[in-house]
Amino acid sequence: MKVVVCIKQVPDTKGGVKFNPDGTLDRAAMMTIMNPDDKAGLEAALRLKDQYGAEVTVLTMGLPKAEDVLREAIAMGADKGVLVTDRVLGGADTWATSQTLAGALRNMEYDLIITGRQAIDGDTAQVGPQISEHLNIPVISYAQNLKIEGDSVIVERQFDDRYHVLKAKMPCLITALAELNEPRYMTPGGIFDACKAEITVWGRADLKDVEDSNLGLKGSPTQIAKASDKVRKGAGEKVTLDPAEAVDYIVGKLKEKHVI
Amino acid sequence: MDFTLRKEHEMARTLFKEFAEKEVKPLAQEVDETEEFPRETVAKMAKNGFLGIPIPKEYGGQGCDPLTYAMCVEELSKVCGTTGVIVSAHTSLCCDPIMTFGTEEQKQKYLVPLAKGEKLGAFGLTEPGAGTDAQGQQTKAVLEGDEYVINGSKIFITNGKEADVYVIFAVTGMIEKKGRKIKEISSFIVEKGTPGFSFGTKEKKMGIRGSSTYELIFTDCRVPKENLLGKVGQGFKIAMHTLDGGRIGIAAQALGIAEGALDRTIAYTKERKQFGKSIAAQQNTQFQLADMATKVQAAQLLVYKAAMAKATQKEYGFEAAQAKLYAAEVAMEVTTKAVQLHGGYGYTREYDVERMMRDAKITEIYEGTSEVQRMVISAALLK
Repeated sequence: MKVVVCIKQVPDTKGGVKFNPDGTLDRAAMMTIMNPDDKAGLEAALRLKDQYGAEVTVLTMGLPKAEDVLREAIAMGADKGVLVTDRVLGGADTWATSQTLAGALRNMEYDLIITGRQAIDGDTAQVGPQISEHLNIPVISYAQNLKIEGDSVIVERQFDDRYHVLKAKMPCLITALAELNEPRYMTPGGIFDACKAEITVWGRADLKDVEDSNLGLKGSPTQIAKASDKVRKGAGEKVTLDPAEAVDYIVGKLKEKHVI
Repeated sequence: MDFTLRKEHEMARTLFKEFAEKEVKPLAQEVDETEEFPRETVAKMAKNGFLGIPIPKEYGGQGCDPLTYAMCVEELSKVCGTTGVIVSAHTSLCCDPIMTFGTEEQKQKYLVPLAKGEKLGAFGLTEPGAGTDAQGQQTKAVLEGDEYVINGSKIFITNGKEADVYVIFAVTGMIEKKGRKIKEISSFIVEKGTPGFSFGTKEKKMGIRGSSTYELIFTDCRVPKENLLGKVGQGFKIAMHTLDGGRIGIAAQALGIAEGALDRTIAYTKERKQFGKSIAAQQNTQFQLADMATKVQAAQLLVYKAAMAKATQKEYGFEAAQAKLYAAEVAMEVTTKAVQLHGGYGYTREYDVERMMRDAKITEIYEGTSEVQRMVISAALLK
């Protein structure tokens, strides 16, 4: 069984977001982490490796330094890493990103592709489903649990107040939620091996069946007009009261502010 | 000379830091208050390979270097000195001597499960009358047929009752050296559960209160002669070699405690307001913090240098002694200043620096007091 996990190196928003003067993210000035949903997807794949001996390959598109996130995945237990990097791929929106990743995946063998639901720097949740469309395979999104049965995958898909149980024949694509599992840590020995591991690096020329018009900034229908950090709220007020008193206190405050 | 860490060391630090923050820090205060050995944390560390970091992969370890191991103890000790010393005693004092002096059979039988974290290790050298003076050993081992019969006791043993495998030392005879009769000391591997091997009192300690510190008692304890570690009479050499490595672990523990206290003090002095401004705005605070940070940095360089010396040099006792001496004294000084800068709050158990000051003290005492380190360093200078 071969599993490819698409992962993304994202800014660690816990450390605060920094912008360039032109409004774009100053990625160089920010700490980076593996996107949390992707990490859960990787953990799911590693459990398939533990259980069924699946081969796990991690795939990412990004700057050359995105190699770090592949090494982190290998240190957790992934077998191989593929980095797609090329100047012409820069500035990609979800459309161009999914086209790029699909172009790379056409060169790879897979039974299952796992992506995170969404990345914390864009929050679109589009790339996974778009990849499945480009590759013409089924997709099950918002996976909160998954298991393998024969040549199929059975997934619990999170829904508003319930979950759906869906079955799809492999090859298929699953988008994972951070709630899917608790990702394992890297191991010290895994880190040493990961730093020696050879990362496959692909450029534009290695992508299969993709038009130039669908790549990079030029191939991106979405253009960002302006980006800004979220407005920080005040620290708020914390009071400790009995429930009855608390209700009166809250109602009083709401009246004071003319909310009710 | 390049002081930049290699990629693998940077990644390892990230791992240890994340683990320490998530798994160890939330329990540190409780472990100190209850004096309970943090078994669940040890199980998690075992699962993640933290109990065999510098041991080669073929013996169940992680195949990393002594620097990575030192960084693990450092990061754990930043949040919990108890957890730091559990890893240090297990790795430096039990895994290392078996790795260095053990036979292939001993390595397969004992080192592999130790390095995998399936078993926990301890080391028994100290006795009521034999601390710094290791020649004062009273515990005896007598060969009877295919077994050594051990009688005596060991005190202040870290991981005492929790360990499964113990490297212990005993007198096996008298020999003549330079016209003087001296004790011949040998080293043995003893398993928990061996008839005649029991535990005495648990020590009530000032700091590192969650570490299990016990007396080991041997009463006609019979161990197979295959459990002799190294050769007969090699015990003193094994003990000294082991302590050279152990001192790097304790130096890393001291460094971590100092770093933890400094981090908390920087945060506290920025928050605490007196006379209308944060105490961090007072020049006294600024100068104290500057001195603390400079000494912590110097200690880190000595600890890392000693760890690298263990990886690349045959002898590293000098570097280890310097690192341990300095880091331990810095830990004591920095934690004391940290408590002072926290004022009355720093003297309460609500604040971590109170625990850190108590934890720091032992680093000046165990695995060779600061006075012993000065003896080692000066002996090398004057030889």
